[in-house]
Amino acid sequence: MSPTLQKGGSRSETRLLSTILLLAICLTLAPVLRLLIEGVTDQGAPSLSRIDTVLAQPATLSALRHSLITAGLGTLVSLVLGSAFAFLVALTDLRAKAALVFCLMIPMMIPPQITALSWTQIMGPSSVLLKTLGIAPPLGAPQPLYSPEGIIFLLGIQHMSIVFLTLRAGLRAIPQDVVEAARISGARGLRTWWQVIMPLTLPSLAAGTAITFVTALGNFGIPAMLGIPAGYVTLPTLVYQKLAGMGTGVLAEVSVLAMLIGAVAVTGILIQRFFQSRQKIHLVGSTSRPLAIPLGAARLPVEALLWAVVFAILVLPMFGLLATSLVPAYGVPLRLDTVTLASWNDVLFRQPVTARAFVNSFSLASGAAVVLMLICLPLAWLMERHPTRLSRLFDSLLDLPYALPGVVLSISMILLLIKLPFTDATLYGTIWIIFLAYLARFFAVMFRPVQASLKQLDPAMAEAAQSVGAGLFQRLRDVILPLSAPAAAAGAILVFLTAFNELTVSALLWSSGTETLGVVIFNLDDSGDTAMASALAMTIVLVVMALMGLIQLVSRRFPKGVVPWQT
Amino acid sequence: MADIEIASLGKLFAGTPALQDITTRFEDGEFIALLGPSGCGKTTLLRLLAGFEMPSSGRLSIGGRDMATATTMVPPEDRNIGFVFQSYALWPHMSVRRNVSYPLEIRKLTKPEIADRTEAALAATGLTAYADRMPSDLSGGQRQRVALARCLVSDPDAVLLDEPLANLDVALRASMQTVFTDFHKRTGATMVYVTHDQAEAMAMADRIAVMDQGRIQQFDTPQTLYERPKNRFVAEFVGRGTVVPVNAVEHRESQLHADVLGTRIAIRSDATTGISHVCLRPENLSISETGDLRAKVARVTYLGGKYLLETVSACGTRLLAETRAKFEVGTQLGLTITTPWAFSED
Repeated sequence: MSPTLQKGGSRSETRLLSTILLLAICLTLAPVLRLLIEGVTDQGAPSLSRIDTVLAQPATLSALRHSLITAGLGTLVSLVLGSAFAFLVALTDLRAKAALVFCLMIPMMIPPQITALSWTQIMGPSSVLLKTLGIAPPLGAPQPLYSPEGIIFLLGIQHMSIVFLTLRAGLRAIPQDVVEAARISGARGLRTWWQVIMPLTLPSLAAGTAITFVTALGNFGIPAMLGIPAGYVTLPTLVYQKLAGMGTGVLAEVSVLAMLIGAVAVTGILIQRFFQSRQKIHLVGSTSRPLAIPLGAARLPVEALLWAVVFAILVLPMFGLLATSLVPAYGVPLRLDTVTLASWNDVLFRQPVTARAFVNSFSLASGAAVVLMLICLPLAWLMERHPTRLSRLFDSLLDLPYALPGVVLSISMILLLIKLPFTDATLYGTIWIIFLAYLARFFAVMFRPVQASLKQLDPAMAEAAQSVGAGLFQRLRDVILPLSAPAAAAGAILVFLTAFNELTVSALLWSSGTETLGVVIFNLDDSGDTAMASALAMTIVLVVMALMGLIQLVSRRFPKGVVPWQT
Repeated sequence: MADIEIASLGKLFAGTPALQDITTRFEDGEFIALLGPSGCGKTTLLRLLAGFEMPSSGRLSIGGRDMATATTMVPPEDRNIGFVFQSYALWPHMSVRRNVSYPLEIRKLTKPEIADRTEAALAATGLTAYADRMPSDLSGGQRQRVALARCLVSDPDAVLLDEPLANLDVALRASMQTVFTDFHKRTGATMVYVTHDQAEAMAMADRIAVMDQGRIQQFDTPQTLYERPKNRFVAEFVGRGTVVPVNAVEHRESQLHADVLGTRIAIRSDATTGISHVCLRPENLSISETGDLRAKVARVTYLGGKYLLETVSACGTRLLAETRAKFEVGTQLGLTITTPWAFSED
């Protein structure tokens, strides 16, 4: 060992940090930046004329209005459902809270196009479930979900978990002594609620509402499945229709639309950040014992009601999906003599397109999980050890590709990769554009859990290895990797889970041969193969629930803050 | 084995000096304690020695090799030093044996050599029976011994210890002190030990560097620190005592005399000019009915076998004395001061 003097404190670490940071910035922030440039230039020259033209079109304005209406009212539905559950679960002495929380998380993990598909299977004249029970409306009656109200309702259910999670985290941060102090001062019943609990939870409620609105605004699956048949177009579906109908010729036009969605979304994100930072001020202080208000005699009825709601929004649609997947043709009632596994067999083993989609989605999701793990693990550790101004800036922006609506990211990716610089090559139409889009989109999903676990890691662990002579890569391999492996695994499963049945990004980026599972379900339903779509959707739901269960089983081994639904 | 040479070493954290102009030398094989209140810079100095931090100014060399300046440094992994952490920093995913053998794997030793040296280190720290356990299955003292074994197995030039006993209970601390001193005797390694506990430093160290506000206030043997403090901070931080001002210092017949609390007494000092204060330790004060200094007992603390009397003199100064006899609070006493140590303080 020949000791050599090096410039800088730990040169190898800072050098590696800059390299990985640069790579991560290129992956996540370059597409967003590219979109911004496209919107404010016309053939290379700065110009706002394009924005003017697109905004002047009546289709744009009507889609914008539809988006704001569905996202706004959908958020209201989420707010009512999510906050009711959050208050009851976080503040009272309900039993089986863990099971309840797990079930409430499932709607968020099930992809929106499957939510939409499953709900259409329990309503309308051709519902197999209703026919089987003999209560189906007469043929020719409209499908009630193909309407703005249907979109609002399903958006509300899809995103109630977000309100639930943020509010529950805020409520759990209120120490019991705050309420006890109010009661000892003479405040009783609703007064405590109104004057102590509500003001303390308002920031988290507002933050949850803002981010729910952003998510609802960017939702593609639900307005696509329900709105397109009804001729009710929102901004994401407008982008999809334009791009699918006219190809990349309208790219400049749809970039403006994407920027429009992005602008509304960024406003929402900023509002959410603002309230989140206010919440942090409240969080300072003891969080020793969370609240547990006894419900007394009302406990059993309340529990029954909550589980009934869970049944209605979770189990019932799944029954509808299952029933549809088991009949030979869409519309036939399910009886002992009609039950068949033909659709399952078809979709899982016979259709080449679904086999291809399975392979594509599986490789994309697992590839994204592995690559993101390789990037995020050293990056999170180095950013923790050597915070620089650039790394802090990146830390505050890295959620953007995930928080921004999927169509915005897709358009950004197309702009960035349709013509690679200095060559004539293009990645558009290949699987690589989807892969790179996934890396950008799910970066935060991987990074945040790893970061949370590394923040709790004693820095002496790595220093001890350093003092006995372990170099940078030995430290990463022998100490940092094994110690953050549980969090990295949880992050990887989450990335896999979200990427595996993702639709919004791939809907705009797929081409023949690079279909993903989300795209295939959408297309099967679109072309009327509802039974096969249902069978495929059921398969995906089962995979999702199995993976979620796996995380839940080993969640006790994870550091705090790693599993998103365990705050 | 190596000596450590420190020249004008300084460290700023966000513009605030944590360490200022440290110049000193730790001899080969010495057991050095860095003693001081929290925030005095002792841990910063240790981390600079280890290479976890980079100095803002000055120079540091270990065993005659330059280790760090304000612009360049040898990274910790190339310094061949051992570091024992306050939190032990055992790798929780490795067994005791693997924790200890890891430094040897890094050094690419042969398998049998790794096994031999690991066994030897485990035996030396009395851990052979626990070799296959995981760190989480060990008690605090056992974990500390694993940390020690891990740092001695690679035969480091110097061993740096950062408050290694702070998380242990009192009884275990005493026995671990013996482990450390035995270990030092056997290996002869240069050891630098950070602590805020003066009894610990006194019991183990050859020399103690007392630190405050980023500077070494005094660097001497434990006896010298106690008996001949250089300034007020050292006098008050090390041992029990009260620092009081002196007047009318006079050099007569190779003996110093001065007015202390209104009585004229003989004092000792190595300063010849500017003497301003004396340190009155319990052993400088004897209780006698005829004592020149009148004082009233304000508090009595039993120390086991003897009592510590906190007395207040007529002029309001708090003085500490030790007796074998018990006195009631409020008793009037006479105190006689015998040759206290004097120093100059601005």
